[in-house]
This record gives sequence, C-alpha cells and structure tokens, in this order.
Amino acid sequence: MKRFVAIGALAAAVIALHLLFAAAGAEYLLVQLTMAAYYALVVIGLCLLMGYAGQISLGHAAFFALGGYTAAVLSTNSFTQLMGAPALERLVHWGLVTAGTDAYGAAAHQVPVWLSLPLAVAAAAAVALVIGIPVLKLKGHYLAMATLGFGTILYRIFLGTRLFGEADGISSVRPCALLPGLTIGGDTALRTQNYYFAWALVLLAMVLSLNIVSSRAGRALRSIHGSEEAAAAMGVNTARYKLYVFILSAVFAAVGGFFMTHFNGGIGPAEAGIMKSVRYVAIVAVGGMANLWGSLLIGVLLNFLSLRGIFGSYDDAVFGALLVFIMALAPDGILRREFLHRIMRVRIRWPFSK
Amino acid sequence: MQYLLSGITTGSIYAIVAIGFNIIYNTTGIINFAQGEFLMLGGMISISLCSVMPLPLAIALAVAVTAAVGYCIELLFVRWIHNPTVLRMVVMTIGISILIREIALHVWDEKVRSLPYFTGNEVTSVSILGARISPQILWVLGTCALIVVLLNLFYGRTLLGKAMRACSANRMAASLCGINAGRMVTVSFMLSAAIGALAGCVISPMTQTQYDCGTSLAIKGFTAAIFGGLGSSSGAVIAGLLIGVIEAVSISVLPLAYKDAVTLTLLLLILVVRPSGLFGSREAGALKEF
Amino acid sequence: MLRIRNLESGYGSLRVLKGISLHVNSGEIVTIIGANGAGKTTLLETIAGVVAASSGEILFDGRDLVTLSPERIVAAGCSLVPEGRQVFAPMTVRENLVLGAYIRSGREGKAAVAEDIDAIHRHFPILKERDGQLAGTLSGGEQQMLAIGRALMARPRLIMLDEPSMGLAPIIVRGIFEIIGRLRAEGNTILLVEQNAMASLGIADRGYVMETGQIVLEGTARELMENHDVQRAYLGKEYRSIGEGRG
Repeated sequence: MKRFVAIGALAAAVIALHLLFAAAGAEYLLVQLTMAAYYALVVIGLCLLMGYAGQISLGHAAFFALGGYTAAVLSTNSFTQLMGAPALERLVHWGLVTAGTDAYGAAAHQVPVWLSLPLAVAAAAAVALVIGIPVLKLKGHYLAMATLGFGTILYRIFLGTRLFGEADGISSVRPCALLPGLTIGGDTALRTQNYYFAWALVLLAMVLSLNIVSSRAGRALRSIHGSEEAAAAMGVNTARYKLYVFILSAVFAAVGGFFMTHFNGGIGPAEAGIMKSVRYVAIVAVGGMANLWGSLLIGVLLNFLSLRGIFGSYDDAVFGALLVFIMALAPDGILRREFLHRIMRVRIRWPFSK
Repeated sequence: MQYLLSGITTGSIYAIVAIGFNIIYNTTGIINFAQGEFLMLGGMISISLCSVMPLPLAIALAVAVTAAVGYCIELLFVRWIHNPTVLRMVVMTIGISILIREIALHVWDEKVRSLPYFTGNEVTSVSILGARISPQILWVLGTCALIVVLLNLFYGRTLLGKAMRACSANRMAASLCGINAGRMVTVSFMLSAAIGALAGCVISPMTQTQYDCGTSLAIKGFTAAIFGGLGSSSGAVIAGLLIGVIEAVSISVLPLAYKDAVTLTLLLLILVVRPSGLFGSREAGALKEF
Repeated sequence: MLRIRNLESGYGSLRVLKGISLHVNSGEIVTIIGANGAGKTTLLETIAGVVAASSGEILFDGRDLVTLSPERIVAAGCSLVPEGRQVFAPMTVRENLVLGAYIRSGREGKAAVAEDIDAIHRHFPILKERDGQLAGTLSGGEQQMLAIGRALMARPRLIMLDEPSMGLAPIIVRGIFEIIGRLRAEGNTILLVEQNAMASLGIADRGYVMETGQIVLEGTARELMENHDVQRAYLGKEYRSIGEGRG
C-alpha cells in the first residue's frame, strides 16, 4: 500500500514540476529533467544490483552506451549503402527496415523502433549474460576490477571502431516515432511529451524494482547482501538471482541509453567511459546503496545539476568528492535517519562547542 | 626484438605499479585504486620542478612530495576507518583517484607534458643486440630493477621491513610483539606512493604525462598484480613483463586502439579462470578475502 | 605485580567478562582454568589490549593498562603468547625471534638481540636447528616453543600463556609444561590459561576457576586440586559445573 502512495507521489511530483516550470516560463528545464530521467534508469538498475544484490559494477555506463549505440547505428542511414537493392527490398517488404529520410533529407533506410528497441535490449541482456556468468562469481576487489575492465573494453571498442564513429561518436540520429502522437526527439515541440514519456519509464522501472525488492526473489537478494553463504545454505540460488539482477539492470541502462540517444540525436564514446560508470556508483552510494527512492532522488538531482552545468569544470571532482566523503562519513548514504540525526546534533552543538 | 624490448620496458612499469598495489594490499588488505595517480603525480611534479632545479633534485623532491600525498591519504581516509567493507574501500579509493586527477587537471591543465630525456634526447640511441634503442629504456629498466632489489633488501634485511611482513602475515601477533600495525600501514602508503612516483618520473620522457594517465596504468598494474598472484612481488615482476610483451605484440597485429582492450580481456580471462594468479597457490588465494 | 578489578569486556554488544578481579604476584605462576567459552582467552586478550575493556581496571605495577594499545602494553613489560600460537608463518624462525625483540631493538641494538636469541636457543635447542626454516613448516610443538621464545624476546616481566597445550600430543605437552616450570625457576612471572587443569594446577602456585565470564573459585593450586567441585568439573572425576555443585 505504502508503495502505491509513493509511486503516486512521484507521479504527482512529475506533473507538479512540469506545471511549476511552465508557470515560471522555464520549460527548457524539462529537457534536463528528461535526460536526468534516462540516467535515473541506470541508477535504479545499479541500485538494485549494488544495494540489494551487493554486487558492485564499475562498468554500467557500458550498457547505457550499448543501448545508445544500437539505436544510433540502426537508425542512421547505414543500410542504404550497406546492402544491395534486392536484399534491401526484401527487408523493407518484411517491415524490418523502413524507407525514410535521414537528418539531411536524403533517402535512407532505417530499422523501425519496434525492432531496434528489442534489439538494443537483447544486445544488453546478451552481453550481461555472457559477462555476468563468470564475473559475478568474483567478489570484492576482483569483481570491481573485472567490471571496470569490462566497461573499459566496451569503451575502447566504441572508441576504436569505424561503425561506432570512433572518437566523434554518432550524431544526427533521427527522432523515432514510437506511437502516433509520441515521438522521441529533441525538438522543442516534442519537449513535454518526451518529458512525460521518460518519467513514465522511470515510474515503470520503479514499480518493477520495488516489486522485485519485496518479492521472494528480493528477500533472497537482500540475504545475498547480508551473507552469500547463509543465503546459499538456506537453499537460495544466489548465483541465479545475482545474474537476473545484473541482466535486468543492464536492460534498464540500455533502454535509458536507447531513448536518450534518440532524444539527444547522438551519442559519443564518453557515455561508456569509466567516469560515467563511477558517477552512477557515486549516486547509488550517496542515495544509500539499498535505497531505491534515495538513489532515484539523488540521481535526478545530481544529474540535473550536472546537466545544467552548475559544477562547471569541477563536474567530475564533485562526484569524486561525494564518493570519498560519503564512504568515509556515511557509508549507508545521507538519507539515513541516524546520519541526519548526527548532522542535526552537530548543528545544535556547534555554537556551544567552543 | 624491437617489440620485445618496448614490451619489456612498459612491462617493467606495470610491474612497479603492481608492486605498489601489493605493498598496500599486504599491510591493509585494501586495493588502492588511486595507485596509478601516484605515477601521474610523480611525473607532473618533477616536470614542474625541473624548470627551477636540476633533474635529479626535481625527481627526488617529486618522490618525496608524492610520498607525503600517500601519507595524507592514509591519514585522512584510511586510518580512522575500522573494519571497512571491501566495497566501501574500493569506492573510496576510486573517489580519491578522481579527486587527485581533478586537482591535477586544475593545477597542470590538460596539456601533455614530459620530462627531458635523462641522457641524450629523443633521437639518441644505443645499439644493443642489434636493436637500436633509446637510452631512456635503459634508465627505465635500470630503475625498475633497482626498485625491486632495494625492496627485497628492505623487506628481507631491515627490522622495519620485517615488521611490515609480520603485519601482513598476522596482524594481531605483530601487535603482540609490540609492532604498531597502524604505523606500518602509514609506511606502506608512503612507500607505495614513492615507488609509484619514481616510476612515473622515469617513464615520463617516453610515454609522456597527462593528468589522466594514471587510470590505464592502474588497470594494467592491477592485471599484473592479479596475474602474478596478489601480494607476491616476484610474481608481479614476471607478470608485468609478460603483459608488456603481450601488449607490444598485440600492437603489431591489431589496431592500436584495441591495445587496452586486449590487456583487459586478458584480465577478465585470468580473473575468471584463475583468480589466484599464475604463481599464487589456490589455497593461499582462498585464504585471502576477495 | 598485576591486579585486576571488576574487569568487564566483550565483543560489540556481547558481554563476555562480567566483572573479573584477580591478582598475580611477582615470581608466581597463576593459572586460570575453566571450560570452553568461559572467557579465559578474552580475559588475556583484554589484558593484552587486543580486546577493549568496557570497565574496570588492570593495574600492572601500579600503571593502568586499560587505555593502552597492545604495543604499549608489550613495551610496559606484559607479553601474551596467543592461543593457537600465531607465529609469522611465512617468515623464518630467526625472523620471528628478532621481531619478538622489536620494541627493544631501537634502544639496545643488534648485539643484545643476538645474545637473547642465543639464550632462547639454550632453552629450546630445536629452534636453533630450525633457525632458517619458515615458521609455518614447524610442527605444532615447535611452533609453540617459537611463540613462547618470541614473547620472551621482549624481556617481559609478566608472560601470559593462552592454552599452550592446545592440539599437542601428550608427550609434547609434558615438554611444554617443563619449560614453563623452568621459566618460573628463572624468576619469570607467569599467568597461564589452560583447559588441561591437571597439568596447570600441577605447576601453578595459585589458581582461579572461571565460568561464564566470572571467577567462581580461587585458591592455592593445592586447595583447588583438592576441591571436590574442581575435581568433578575439571579433573575428570565427574562432569558437573561448580555452579551446580554449590547449588
């Protein structure tokens, strides 16, 4: 019951923010909120993985980028040149490729979104499966380095491959028409519908995650975080649950990356970089590891501020400092009652302390 | 031959980074993800100092300053945290590495810099076994060999070195011998930072130094440390050299952009197939907390 | 020499010692006997500073050890030979001994340490034979000798031994107790924790009996040996705890 209230409150907050910005004539802020929502998808997945399954991943940006690059590659005009006319004709006939125009108005053939989105999800899930089976057996430093290594490999591949545009990334990705009247793209006219679409995805991910957390599987997950041996002894198949969550979080990230790329009209290798992955980890840490709502709140807030350019050239430094100080002072996150109490006590004592 | 030599050169640096990881790991059980930043700091500081003083002095001072940074890290972030979880320390040292990198970015900007060649210049070369190589390669190899030898003497012969080994063998028993385990941790951070800084100085003329050059070195060094069996210095040397050579060979076969990907794939393979490393025994590996 | 009053300590919220008071006079062997889990090891670890005391005092020659770190307690002259020996397995026998003298090395120099190692070798000739061998490759009895030798290297005025006979064959146990007797004859003060009540009361001057974190009985070794409750509970005459015996 409490869950529905919270979800309802989130939905209300989304609407309220829209109305607030509209009233203030600052609707351009919705753009950053939309992007923050897509990043929040990664954060929610990572929170499930880190907080509830106790598995760190320093390579999650790679999944986001994987979704994004799938969208970019499949929707830029590569198919027109890639294939001979007969093959192309057949694909068009089957509806696997649709004829259209590219961002410059030239004739182009693109994979429709009903195919490219599942492909992006499948790609992320497949990579997560292949990587996850061996890597999730590792613990501690080894898991951290392995995921860091995995993230860096994908980053290098995106950076070094022609198909992915090398260091420039892929730009001029076309908006995609998801439903009649709903197009994912960066056009000003599409701003409001994109905002609601992105947040609907976040709501969906939250509902899904909250259900997982409180399900039998979720209790098993929490038991993993406590003690893997104990959970295994109780007959919980910890390996399988860890893998499920890893794949799910990868899919969340890929979906976020997919729509973000259509929304932004492009993607670059920096999205897969270590700094991005570390940033997601920082957000989950600040939000309090096993705290979906906290991570969501902090994630949206920090990404929004960061996207607004508040931190300037200290952007990465802010996230680094956050990591260090949260881990040193409040390893359970800042949204814990004990920590807030301590802060309050310090503030109350402050004037009298000397 | 040329590939082999350049492989051994970068490999010896990886070995030094791996040894740096091991020094801290052995006394604390922590993998210091900021290890690569020590090399960057050593290089950068010596480059800055080099313009106002002779090269040897600049390097010595850079090593000392970096050791002081290592001391500060230990003092500020490690000393007072009791029984930290591995996850917490991993995330924390990553945060520290980002902070150092960002500070370096604001102090030295994004420009790629380098120390002058210790002897001669870019085009000087000496001929060894038919291969023409830069004398800097000899400096790198010599310094790395010296570091390894001195470290062995330190750990094997001096009381402080023995006390540090005792701490890593059995911390409680060490403190029951009157060894201040906390001080050993401080020493290990300083030592690790100093060695990293020195390595950062000697490679600077060849590979150049940039504010973010530490990350990839750290990953390679970690690969070497794991490959050689976490905690084992001799393993680290062999593994470091091996990785350097593999990388050098991979460049001749694959595009340069995939160089890091090759090493990292190797890392993943090692982690999955034999996390105790090539030379570490499986039982010893199982005893350590991963 | 050592006087403990109302000592309490434990791990986290678990209280193991519930108000222990005891004393050890100079030149004595005092033994603490008791069943598994009575808190004997915790008591020694609290004195040595490995476990923090939550209240009470530990006076060692009039100086309170409660707030000191383990290193400082060793420097004050109070050494613990821990349970399970805890030698530095990957280091040689000689290195183990040298590290035992760690606190003295700075002041007294290498020659004094080498002299003491010779003295240890006279006590334990086997350690001389094993000088360059890794401590982890020694047998259990040899490791116990090394652990005692290592503690002696600090020249302590009080040696605490935690279960020196644990896991050793009877003949080796006899050897270890002979050594303890010899140490006492040389004027050492010893606090001995043992499950092997018979042997430890055999060489001790006085003894304490511990049950669930409290001292339930104290007296001279002879008194304890003749006590029916002790005989029943610890000397194998009949299994029953002393608390039950007293009703």
